[in-house]
Amino acid sequence: MTRRLVLLACVVLLALIPILNLLPDASPFHVSDFIVSICGKWICYAILALALDLAWGYAGILSLGHGAFFALGGYAIGMHLMRLIGPRGVYGHPILPDFMVFLGYTELPWYWLGFDWFIFAFAMALVVPGLLALVVGYLAFRSRITGVYLSIITQALTYALMLAFFRNDMGFGGNNGFTDFKELLGMPLNTPATRSVLFYASLVVLVLAYLMCAALTRTKFGRVLTAIRDAESRVRFLGYDVTQHKLFVFVLSAMLAGVAGALYVPQVGIINPGEFSPGNSIEAVVWVAFGGRGTLVGAILGAFSVNAIKTWLTSFAPDLWLIVLGCLFIAVPLLLPRGLIGLLRRGGGK
Amino acid sequence: MLRLLMLLFLLMAPQAHAQDAFSELLPGLTGGFAQQAETVERLGALGDPRALPLLRALGDTRLLRGPDGTVIVSPGQPPPGSDVIRINNRVRGALRGALGRLQLGSPDPEERLRAAEAILRNRSADDIPILEAALGRETDARIRDRLALALGGARLAAADPASKRIGILALGRSTSPEARALLLQERIATPDLATDIDTAIASIDQRLALRRAAETAFQGLSLGSVLMLAALGLAVTFGVMGIINMAHGEFVMLGAYTTFVVQELCRDIPWLSPWSLPLAVPAAFMVTALIGAAMERGLIRFLYGRPLETLLLTFGVGMVLQQVVRLTFGAQNREVISPPWMQGTLVLPGEITITQNRAWIILFALFVLLATLAAIRLTRFGLEMRAVVQNRRIAATMGIRTGRVDAMTFAFGSGIAGLAGVALSQIDNVSPNLGTGYIIDSFMVVVFGGVGSLMGTLIGAFSLGIFNKLLEPYAGVVLAKVAVLVAIMIFIQRRPKGLFALKGRAADQ
Amino acid sequence: MSGNSLYLDGVSVVFDGFQALNNLSLVVEPGELRAIIGPNGAGKTTMMDVITGKTRPTKGTVRFGESDLTRMDEASIAMLGIGRKFQKPTVFDALTVFENLELALKAPRGPIPCLRWRLNGEARTAIERTLAEIGLTERARDRAGLLSHGQRQWLEIGMLLMQDPQLLLVDEPVAGMTDHETELTATLLRGIAGARSVVVVEHDLEFVRALGHRVTVLHEGSVLSEGSIDHVQNDQRVIEVYLGR
Repeated sequence: MTRRLVLLACVVLLALIPILNLLPDASPFHVSDFIVSICGKWICYAILALALDLAWGYAGILSLGHGAFFALGGYAIGMHLMRLIGPRGVYGHPILPDFMVFLGYTELPWYWLGFDWFIFAFAMALVVPGLLALVVGYLAFRSRITGVYLSIITQALTYALMLAFFRNDMGFGGNNGFTDFKELLGMPLNTPATRSVLFYASLVVLVLAYLMCAALTRTKFGRVLTAIRDAESRVRFLGYDVTQHKLFVFVLSAMLAGVAGALYVPQVGIINPGEFSPGNSIEAVVWVAFGGRGTLVGAILGAFSVNAIKTWLTSFAPDLWLIVLGCLFIAVPLLLPRGLIGLLRRGGGK
Repeated sequence: MLRLLMLLFLLMAPQAHAQDAFSELLPGLTGGFAQQAETVERLGALGDPRALPLLRALGDTRLLRGPDGTVIVSPGQPPPGSDVIRINNRVRGALRGALGRLQLGSPDPEERLRAAEAILRNRSADDIPILEAALGRETDARIRDRLALALGGARLAAADPASKRIGILALGRSTSPEARALLLQERIATPDLATDIDTAIASIDQRLALRRAAETAFQGLSLGSVLMLAALGLAVTFGVMGIINMAHGEFVMLGAYTTFVVQELCRDIPWLSPWSLPLAVPAAFMVTALIGAAMERGLIRFLYGRPLETLLLTFGVGMVLQQVVRLTFGAQNREVISPPWMQGTLVLPGEITITQNRAWIILFALFVLLATLAAIRLTRFGLEMRAVVQNRRIAATMGIRTGRVDAMTFAFGSGIAGLAGVALSQIDNVSPNLGTGYIIDSFMVVVFGGVGSLMGTLIGAFSLGIFNKLLEPYAGVVLAKVAVLVAIMIFIQRRPKGLFALKGRAADQ
Repeated sequence: MSGNSLYLDGVSVVFDGFQALNNLSLVVEPGELRAIIGPNGAGKTTMMDVITGKTRPTKGTVRFGESDLTRMDEASIAMLGIGRKFQKPTVFDALTVFENLELALKAPRGPIPCLRWRLNGEARTAIERTLAEIGLTERARDRAGLLSHGQRQWLEIGMLLMQDPQLLLVDEPVAGMTDHETELTATLLRGIAGARSVVVVEHDLEFVRALGHRVTVLHEGSVLSEGSIDHVQNDQRVIEVYLGR
């Protein structure tokens, strides 16, 4: 009960941020633009962490490639944002985005069709990661690739995608990716109003995603996932088709990660192949591990706290950040196997 | 002006060699263009080495008319007003051929090679006898090759079909794209010989394809040996201990940096510095093995039985190591110089060229594989290690200190990573993220080859290397990598535990 | 209760040149309680693996009624009505005893039905009946990870009962149990047989005697002797195998 209240308080506090931003600079409660945009980013990270926790914390699928689903969602919405630039690009081409003019394209590739519509692009941000997870998951789970094997395969997946997206002839802007976005749904980006809208949209999605995951884990399906995590072959001998269950949660998790990416890109104003780098995916894993996996709240907590440390540290000692992050990876399994949540619960006497 | 002329080197006076054919020809150089051309050709045919500087000077307009029908070579640009012998294009053509023929007799192999090239560019049936003679006495394989090509070309230029046929046959026996181009030209010029030429071209194509295949195979072997070196240590730690060491790539990187440090330490000792690389081999092994042992005893052993957490922890160690190296040595590339005996290329029969350092790495990889096998099969440590793999508890009751075996096994695997680093320092940039580029591929090798099987690692590494290189010409580097990943995904559908899987009870543990 | 009989004919399994099962033939009738004994490496566990689809036989036939088990995966074999209890008790530690049984309860097994599953009165009664049967009613709300070794074994047997199988395969149920627990387990298994077939693999001859049914002795992957416990204990070949030559 107290946990619910704490959660609710956190959501309310977060929801206040864009409002406080409207206060005059002199006010003691004024919140800077920087805080608004960075909290917006962290909310997206928290959604990604939730997605990862669902797969790893509950079903034991440690994906080291969830950043790929996040990036694919981001690319889908990025394509829409590129289409909305229209003739306002540097080259002023009526149809083609700048990078295509630069690379000598004469017409829009077929897979760019449909991205003029926001609904289509947003659907693709769900469908593309979902389909990829379906194919990879089917191949992997069917042949009983589990544990560290699966981790390695998913890492190779995001690595391969990164290499592919770096190529110019893929038609996704190569090295530079997409940027210089102008507007979304008729709202010019980079205005405080749009930022607030995106912020609230992300917050609503985060709350909905949390409620969905929490409801899901309380069903028998959730208990089957936990059972698979702890003793997969026993679940098989009970007559469950483990492949189906894992695939279901993996695809769901990938789609959630895709949504997170789709909310993220309009807020940061850029997407490039660096988002696919295996390091990003594994950083997301440490959020979940640090917060406490298998608890959902822990994942959100972890995403916020690790990123807070990152922002704080990189502001004055950027060289140290990677060492601290590395030490987090080392310390969490050894000293905090149940994460911050485990620590809080023990402290709380439960 | 005259004083400058005094400085000119008087090459030869007619009285000095009054009798020989060479001297008799000299006055011809001062005659009309037709006579000049003839004289030049005859000088070239004569093959006297004294003619070489003379003809060169003529070509460079540095040959002066002497006072009494003699000729004088000016060492530099002759002063204005001196009596330079002028030539026209016809003479220039004759000069090129004559120079080429003369240079073929030069004692300097580079000169002979240039000459052969010159004749090849300027094919004429007149060169046939000279080329035959030169080919007869030439010993350098590279020059012989060019000479043979030039001879074939010269024969094609001959007027009579019999001579042409010999040329076609000779060219058909070569493995050079240039011979193919010559034949194609000739096919247009003399359609009568089309069938002979087609046969010759087909046989060249066949050999060319063979050579390409051999070179691809070599590149594949080379990549495969690098992958194997990187994966071998993984196979030990993963296969024996079930630990995914995500810091493995960083151990490889540390091995490369150790090589760099050893090189810097040896730099000031002249007799030692060519041998810094062999010295780096044990040094790199020790450094990475010690770090590995410390990591196992200090961190990993607390997490046995929790593979996913171990994976995260080792990843963290890798991050820290990488960043520490970056802060210590800087982010830029460090240069490790190959010792002289590893530089250059080897030319195998059939013009297959391979770089020396790659060949050394293949040998080194096989050496490391054999040494690893020997350590596992023949030593006490290997026996204890295998005992612990089979049954940890029973091994412990037999008095084997399993903790020590774990530490040593991990140190051993890490040491092999260090050795891989020594090899990689020869072909890749030594930078803090050296290891990251190889680690994913080496994991693929282990997954493909089957966990815990060194044979699987060997076959897995070489087949991935060759498969990658086979695909690259068609698909490009990136798509080849993607294709390999997809192929592995499909492969493990059929053999989920890799090529050389352990079966039965051992596989479930 | 009309059940299917289990039928193994000429089954061989080879691992890397090691003959784990060698031309093994065995029939278990519906409702029969059969004990399988044999020294280490006789192929008992491999036989279980073959029946439950974990291992594919190199050759031979494995049928349950009309179904060819060599062509089915573990989940479908389980749905066919063959339950298996492992040598090492495997229950889901993070779930409560009640939830463990709930997962085993006969119900649609797909992800969507699991999402929509609601516990109804009938299911609750079935679970509570089994809880009583395995003597864990009081521990229903505790996590399975907190149970003692013997209780975990019973919980696992209870989970098998929830599946309502026609054939139960039980691998060394009393290893590591106290005498009292062993006795209770024998009673439990005797009660289960009759309604369904039970195959028990065991080392403990006293326990097999307490079961008091037909015994098959395996040796080097094939059947060495079959009959009552007294019959096989007096069989010269069995004595040789157990006592050494």
